[in-house]
Parts: sequence; structure tokens; C-alpha cells
Amino acid sequence: MRDAIAELVRDGDTVAIEGFTHLISFAAGHEIIRQGRRDLTLARLTPDLVYDQMVAAGVARKLVFSWLGNPGVGGLHAIRRRIEAADQTDGDAATAGRLELEEYSHFGMVARYTAGAANLPFFPLRSYFETDLPVANPLIRPITSPYGDEVVYAVPPLKPDVTIVHAQRASAGGDVQVWGLLGAQKEAAFAAERVIAVVEELVDEDVVRADPNRTLIPGLVVDAIVVEPWGAHPSYVQGSYDRDNAFYLAWDAISRDEARLQDWLREWVHGVAGRSEYLEKLGADRLTSLRPGSAPSGSVDYGEYR
Amino acid sequence: MTGAAFTPNEMMVVAAARELADRHVCFVGVGLPNIAVNLAKRTVAPDLELVYEAGVFGARPARLPLSIGDPTIVTGATAAVSMFELFAFYLQGGLIDVGFLGAAQIDRFGNINTTVIGPYDNPKVRLPGSGGACEIAINAREVFVIMRQSARSFVERIDFRTSPGNLGGEGAEAARRRQGWLGRGPTVVVTDLGVYRFDTDGEMRLELLHPGATLEQVRASIGWEVRIAEGVTATPSPTGEELRLLREELDPEGVYLR
Repeated sequence: MRDAIAELVRDGDTVAIEGFTHLISFAAGHEIIRQGRRDLTLARLTPDLVYDQMVAAGVARKLVFSWLGNPGVGGLHAIRRRIEAADQTDGDAATAGRLELEEYSHFGMVARYTAGAANLPFFPLRSYFETDLPVANPLIRPITSPYGDEVVYAVPPLKPDVTIVHAQRASAGGDVQVWGLLGAQKEAAFAAERVIAVVEELVDEDVVRADPNRTLIPGLVVDAIVVEPWGAHPSYVQGSYDRDNAFYLAWDAISRDEARLQDWLREWVHGVAGRSEYLEKLGADRLTSLRPGSAPSGSVDYGEYR
Repeated sequence: MTGAAFTPNEMMVVAAARELADRHVCFVGVGLPNIAVNLAKRTVAPDLELVYEAGVFGARPARLPLSIGDPTIVTGATAAVSMFELFAFYLQGGLIDVGFLGAAQIDRFGNINTTVIGPYDNPKVRLPGSGGACEIAINAREVFVIMRQSARSFVERIDFRTSPGNLGGEGAEAARRRQGWLGRGPTVVVTDLGVYRFDTDGEMRLELLHPGATLEQVRASIGWEVRIAEGVTATPSPTGEELRLLREELDPEGVYLR
């Protein structure tokens, strides 16, 4: 992980750590914090705790997003402190600087990655009519159909410098297989200049080839594979470990208090060398408690054709 | 348990669930909508197809998910798809009968704010924003809103229009048709005090008053002079079975309903 981040994530980059609730690479986010990157533009549909932590650590200049909350719990307080009016006059927040925002809806963000991946100048969608979103973000623009007079809205392509995804498994060649919620990782990966795939497990190429429908991202577009079991904690990996909802709830209290949050970063991010130390600190019991029961898929027969 | 005491939040979720009778495909939102939809599936709408914006069609959640993207919505589902497919084909393609939305602020025409309190560039409170709500409001065939009622949330003017409802009232339907929306906008608002539907001019009116709630309470918690239907009736109380499902299966720890 250290090498992948050192080599592929640069100051000022647009970085997308994607994964919709599922498969969020907290391990990569923490490594970016440890390496002290600066002035990043962080793109994600749902900034989630990973960006709250990265923003609090001072790596970000700007957020590109569509839903800014702690899912099922409430707000993202570190980010809010860098946006809301009352906090801007305080010494701390003012020196931390106001975070720049570029805001869409979910479909708008997905459409932006899709345009980026497909090398299109924009993507049209039926959203934003009669709302204040195009006022808040002038990059959301109305466009008339070339085949009639219908008006829809367009969003511009999003091409991250680096997209980071987490997945169940990959081959050494970087072919990434995923099951469960797919979010917008495929689109975000194909749209990016560089791609880091973090996986629970490295598997033989034969395993990938036995089930090609499950390949989300081919090694063709992947620049680095990092094997980091539990690298998505406190988010989850379908079939491997559950979402650590207790941590999502605990983060609400931790993040409300900037001093407490900074203590947390010192202890759990700067205070560990990497994910394995983080997991040791978390303890085997906590990890065991997050293991799900088993629900295997039926297998299919692709047939042999010679 | 019939006749047992119940909380206003329980009444709200039960009333919302009952609105889903005869509906087929429902887009589920986080929090209260999630409970209401899962209750409906266990009561008035057993064939309801649950659609989650995270990319699931036909979910069969075995537990009540804290977040909208919980692994339990995938295991046993009909289809797990990319978010592009979900929004482009299922929602924008017109397959969603009901979109369920919450709101921080709502106006008399059912326009919704989930973005900011105060000015956008210097907000007093920064809320989560649209998520999928904006496109759900536009593309779902109809929209149900579920939210607690207060003078701070039912306001004359919302600070930001995140998701369009009946716009300025009169003419909203014409505007929707002109712009090619598939939906007919909000049809029901369910709160902890009652159930509202919309008049032909796009303004909401109180239709049902929950047991224990009063018209004075309703008026005091709305920032405009609210329309009250002639012969407004009482919402039937939750049944013993509805309460049992809520308390034992859907929210056993009382995260949402107590």
C-alpha cells in the first residue's frame, strides 16, 4: 500500500476512492493521510467517514459529491465544520480554510464517471428540472436534444487522476472480481488516469477465468494491486465481513469534537504503520464479530467449446 | 396487544406503510422510509418489490439495515446491478411506482429541501444534499414523503429546492408534462400528526389526523395556513400485529421509533 500510494497519488490530484457503502478503501485513505498528501480534490458519491477523516487530516482542498452524510447515523461533522457559517469565524476552522464544494445528485455523479469512462464530452439525464442544483453548481447545464426540442440536463465528464477501489479478489495480473453492491466503481476506474485496486485476496488467474462474468475491472486499466485483508473496515466486503455499524455510530461523537477527532487520527492513522497494525489494535474479537454466516451462490456451467 | 399504547413515530410509519397497498415497485430511502416499506411488505403489500439506490432490485432484507447500502439487501435479492443501471434503466426508464423521500424542509406544494439551512454559499446547517432524491422526485411515478412535522420543517419558503414537488402549485402538472417527467409528483405526505394529500392546484391538505393529535397541534407546527379537508377523519390506530412487527422485527432496538 505504501508504495502504491507513494507512486500513484500526487499532491493536487483528483482522487476517487469509490464504493457505495460497500468496499470503501479506508486502508488507502489512511495511507494517503500518513504520507501527508495536500490539496487533493476528493470525489465520491458519498464522502462517508473516509473523506471526513481525510478532510480533518488536511489532505483535501475540494469535495465533489452527491450525498454528504454518515449513512444511517447523521452528519459528517469534520466536513460540516469546514462549510458551515458559524464555524468560519472561529480561529481553527478559519485557518483550516473553507472546503470547496462541487455538488451533484447520485445519478449525476454516476453519469459523470460514465462520460469520463466513455470519452464523451457530457452525459444527459432527466434530473435537476425546477431545482436549485444547477444554480448552486453551474456545471449542471440544460441541453436541447438534437432530435427535437426536448430539454434535458447535462453533466461534464469526471476523469479522476487516481481511482481507488476495494474488491473481494484479483489475479496477479490485476483482473478484479466483485460481488455484492457494485456502486460506480467500474465507471470510476475506466474514467481514471491511474487505478489502484485493493483486494482481500489474490487468486490464481484460473479462478478469474472460471467466472469471467464476475470480473468488474480488467488488469488492462489497473496500475497497482494491493493485497490488504480487512482494508475496507469499517465499511464491509460482501461475504467476508459486515459493516461495523458500531464504529459508524461512534464516529458521530468522535467527529463532533475536533480535538477528539485529531486524537483519533493520531492513534488510529498516524500511530500505526499500516493496516495490519490497525487490525491488531482493533483486536481479533472485534473482527470475529463482523464475520457473516454463509450464503454461497449456486454455480453456473459456462460450457466447454473447442 | 390490540389497543396498546403507541408512539407518534410508530403511528407515522404504520400510516406510511398502509399507503403502499396495491403498489408494486417502490424505491426505498434511508431511515423512516426503510422501516415503512419493510412493514408494508410484511402487511398490506406482500408482493412489493423493494428497490435500493445502492443497486438492488427485489431486495429481501433479513434485518433492518442501518445504512441504505447494507449487505443484507443483496443476499437473496432478485438482482444486484450497477448504480448506472439502477438510475438509468429502473428509475429513469419508468419502472418505479413509488419513490419514498424524507425532508428537512417542505413547503405547501411538496417541494423538498435536503441541502442547506441558510444560504447555499454560507449555510447555517449543511444537510446531506440530494443523493438520489432529485431524480427520484422527477422520475418515480409518484412520490410519498415521510417526515416529522414542526414549524421548522413545514415552512412557507424552503431555503433550497433539492427535489421538486408541485413547484408553484397551479401549472405544476403542465410543467411536468412539458418537460417530459414521468412522475406526477408528491401524492402523500405522512407525518407524526397526520396524513396529507394534494388538491388539484398542487397544495397539500390534511386528510387524516392521527389518534392523540389535535388540529391545534397541526396548525402550530406548519408555517402557513394549512388546508384541512372537510370531514377530516382519524387515522385508524396501529393494529397489534403492526406494532409487533415494528417492535420485534423491524426496529427491535428502538433506533427510529421510540
